[in-house]
Amino acid sequence: MAMLEVKDLDVYYGVIQALKGATFEVDKGEIVALIGANGAGKTTILHTVTGLIPPKRGEIIFEGKDITKIPAHRIVERGIAHVPEGRRVFADLNVYENLKMGAYTRKDKHEIAESLESVYERFPRLKERLTQRAGTLSGGEQQMLAMGRALMSKPKMIVMDEPSMGLSPIFVNEIFKIIEDVKAAGTTVLLVEQNAKKALSIADRAYVLETGSVVMSGKADQLLNDDGIKKAYLGE
Amino acid sequence: MGFLSYLINGISLGSVYAIIALGYTMVYGIAKMLNFAHGDVIMIGAYVVLTAITGGINPLVAVLISMVVCTVLGMTIEKVAYKPLRNAASPLAVLITAIGISYLLQNIALIVFGAAPKSFPDFIKVPALKLAGGELVISGVAMVTIGACVVIVVALTFFVNRTKQGRAMKAVSEDKGAAQLMGINVNATISLTFAIGSALAAIAGVLLCAAYPSVTPYTGAMPGIKAFTAAVFGGIGSIPGAMIGGILLGVIEIFGKAYISSQVADAIVFSVLIIVLLVKPTGLFGKNIQEKV
Repeated sequence: MAMLEVKDLDVYYGVIQALKGATFEVDKGEIVALIGANGAGKTTILHTVTGLIPPKRGEIIFEGKDITKIPAHRIVERGIAHVPEGRRVFADLNVYENLKMGAYTRKDKHEIAESLESVYERFPRLKERLTQRAGTLSGGEQQMLAMGRALMSKPKMIVMDEPSMGLSPIFVNEIFKIIEDVKAAGTTVLLVEQNAKKALSIADRAYVLETGSVVMSGKADQLLNDDGIKKAYLGE
Repeated sequence: MGFLSYLINGISLGSVYAIIALGYTMVYGIAKMLNFAHGDVIMIGAYVVLTAITGGINPLVAVLISMVVCTVLGMTIEKVAYKPLRNAASPLAVLITAIGISYLLQNIALIVFGAAPKSFPDFIKVPALKLAGGELVISGVAMVTIGACVVIVVALTFFVNRTKQGRAMKAVSEDKGAAQLMGINVNATISLTFAIGSALAAIAGVLLCAAYPSVTPYTGAMPGIKAFTAAVFGGIGSIPGAMIGGILLGVIEIFGKAYISSQVADAIVFSVLIIVLLVKPTGLFGKNIQEKV
């Protein structure tokens, strides 16, 4: 059974339909990429999965339990962390406070301290800047902070929305390397990316979205070599 | 000695403004709305204390009862009148509703307590402090008021920076969506903010009526506007800003009354506000909204 099953999702913004029967699944331990043009519904899917937007129809099943109607603030304790588009770190809080915020729903101080250590290990840059206000970090550092903050909830699955957006090429490579490390450490990843080539190069499987529906899916390496995909999304 | 005693009176009056301004500023910071009914919650708090004391209840217990009543009132107003409008297309919807609630509370008080001013019992039995051979007298009410303001500001600063709920408030004030993703219940956090602000309004009501011992249904209106001014003056959303803004406003008002004219004191207060906003539009402690992204 898949870890996350999304079935026939319909989502509306007012009268505009953003998702039309979107269906996909993510297995435990995979990196699954959602690719597609602007406005295809990628971000909407992530927002619906983590409860920020209620769907009009459809089902979201996580680890066998229906989470469709669970509000956003109760999703994180089910084991899904969301790294939102544009990072959305708390600019006025410092790096340490941002990381602690990620562990908001956790109680065990000892375990939180362990998670902090592992985040420091993965992001040594953050450890050097613990008392710095998050708003003063560079874009790449903010992305690392947003990822570190999500990892502080010790998620089973992490959903990432455009992690490479607006970053310099060096940071882009670093971020993708980190995503692979996160997977290697046993966390499942659902990834939304404009940079389809990069996303497909690290993903196990991918779904291609067009105007709110899945139009194609398959193994990432197959999609990477598909002529239609190459033309439409990889700029070749 | 005139100058010093005016200064102390000003700080005392300013402390009341500061306590009210804290409620304004916290609600603005977290719910991003101006709760224009906040001043009228003060008036309700004062009537509750008055009724309780008249009924023979111990004054300290009366204050606690008033805090509970105002807390429940504030949370109810938020839930019934403001929450349904939180995602309204125009932010004016909730602002106008707040003005409506303000009139509603004033008119309820008119029906229940009547329009005639009721005299407020003199129940703060702290002896006045006589300094400089009796030339400088600090009243008991002034000392209690200033002391209460300091305790409240210290406690709130501790709460916001050092407790989990306080940090949740900061997170909600910055980004409601991201706060939800951390597992923070945004509705509960906003409700808690209204509860704290309204409990502070009850305290402010008592202190205000201890200094100016009469209550009418409009008692809260002017101090409410002035405290709002103080919050803007200090930088709306900022806790130290509300305190400094409130105290400065009180001092300017008393000095204006003492040295210039009691008729134009309020005009002076608001002129200072306008000048501050011209020079620093975000207020004294307001933060620069520009962030690096």
